[in-house]
Amino acid sequence: MAKKEFYSFYPGCSSQPKASADNFLRSSNAMCDALDIKLKEIDDWNCCGASIGYAGGGEVPRLSLSARNIALSQQQNGDADIVAPCAACWIATREAQERVEHNPKVGEGINAALAEIGLKVESGKMPQARHMVEVLVEDIGLDTIAKGVTKPLEGVKIAGYVGCQTNRPFGIAGESFENPLYLDHMIEACGAQAVDKYEKKVACCSGALMFSEPEKGHALVKDIIEAAYDGGADMIVTPCQLCQMNVESYQSNINKTYGTKFNIPVVYYSQLIAVAYGKSSQEAALDGQIIRAGKLEDIANK
Amino acid sequence: MSDMNQAMVQKYRSNFLKEVEANVEEGTWVKMCMQCGVCSGSCPLGPHWEHPQQELFMMIRAGKREEVLSSSSMWMCTSCYNCIARCPRGLPITHIMHGLASYAKRLGLAPKNQPTSKFGDIFWDSIAKNGRVNELKIGVSLYFMNGFSQGIKNALASRELGMAMMKTKRMSPTEYFGGHKCKDLSGIAKMLKKAKEFEAEHITKFGE
Repeated sequence: MAKKEFYSFYPGCSSQPKASADNFLRSSNAMCDALDIKLKEIDDWNCCGASIGYAGGGEVPRLSLSARNIALSQQQNGDADIVAPCAACWIATREAQERVEHNPKVGEGINAALAEIGLKVESGKMPQARHMVEVLVEDIGLDTIAKGVTKPLEGVKIAGYVGCQTNRPFGIAGESFENPLYLDHMIEACGAQAVDKYEKKVACCSGALMFSEPEKGHALVKDIIEAAYDGGADMIVTPCQLCQMNVESYQSNINKTYGTKFNIPVVYYSQLIAVAYGKSSQEAALDGQIIRAGKLEDIANK
Repeated sequence: MSDMNQAMVQKYRSNFLKEVEANVEEGTWVKMCMQCGVCSGSCPLGPHWEHPQQELFMMIRAGKREEVLSSSSMWMCTSCYNCIARCPRGLPITHIMHGLASYAKRLGLAPKNQPTSKFGDIFWDSIAKNGRVNELKIGVSLYFMNGFSQGIKNALASRELGMAMMKTKRMSPTEYFGGHKCKDLSGIAKMLKKAKEFEAEHITKFGE
């Protein structure tokens, strides 16, 4: 597939200025600039309901949220692919499409709700909903990305933590659920070294349960970090906003509970690409890390 | 017992499987489970499930209505989708678990003070009101969901993280006074109201 003229951008709640993935947003802008990816943000997009929306929402209200985004995207950006950098947003959008296509009753409810605001979605006529990673892997290609690298991330060893929702239930075409390789290849395309056989590559960070069941969440994250250290990683890279937050920001809590001494940076793929393409430390939003990625900053500042 | 719960008990009598098929998201798949247990063995919070997924499916078929709907089990789902990816029969297990949890809540049978259920309400209320997540307000409500004094303790325990988020510009105190939201809030409210009505009507009338 070739790069599209532009993509209909659905950033999602965490990737807004001064929200928890502000560092993703900034570095993604730098990455898109470097790779000449053009994004047109969907005006007035709303939350997808995330993975916890089911509790208060119910099926039709929850899916109506995503249907509104699909309909707005179509109204504003025609058939352009909807691109979400957030796994939860991407999954929710695709799930809403699937349900409209396969469950006429739910589809009827969604359209009844959308009719209240003069919108509708039609089975078989919705734009494709894609993850930002799909654009990089499928439309641009990792070989092409590797060719444009001006500052290879030499001497940095990185654990590619794919997590759950970027990988399941849909995942990236051609990759296995148990051992997807695209993130390792992306690390290598940037000139860094990927941790071989990172044991917790597709393990769960506890998702939204980090907030409601913190002890259980900390236990899962502890294993994810431990496995990265075991693989000799200098840092962890992830495609997911919630994984980034959960794995980076609770390390001091985990250290208190378990007597560990974790202090490992957790960055986004967009930060790796931005730095490898010569963007500054600030453009790559390395100042947005709670645990600073010193090795990347050194390369960016060179 | 809530009125709706009463009505559903009357309507389905001893056929809980039929009730689940009619009223629970993706519930029609439940009968396809062949009891292999791959889902339970693949769950990151497996040991914390009172009744593992595979067991819940069998309990539904055995008509154990109260035990299933009042269980804390479904609330252990982290939405990792491992069960879906691995199920040899292709059951959308994650969705069924969400559906069971949501249905239990609708009937007033979900366990009281279940933290994820409470957090889910805080989250939904926030997005229904603002169209987008207000991370700061949700965070603060979460600290205080078990009362004021516990809230202060939680907030103090998390102040280091809060400071780090502010320092890295990944959270702004101004979020507390407004913050990120959609423009067409009245439209979103109308849409969600209609969606809710449709669903309520669908559940009470289904199968008649």
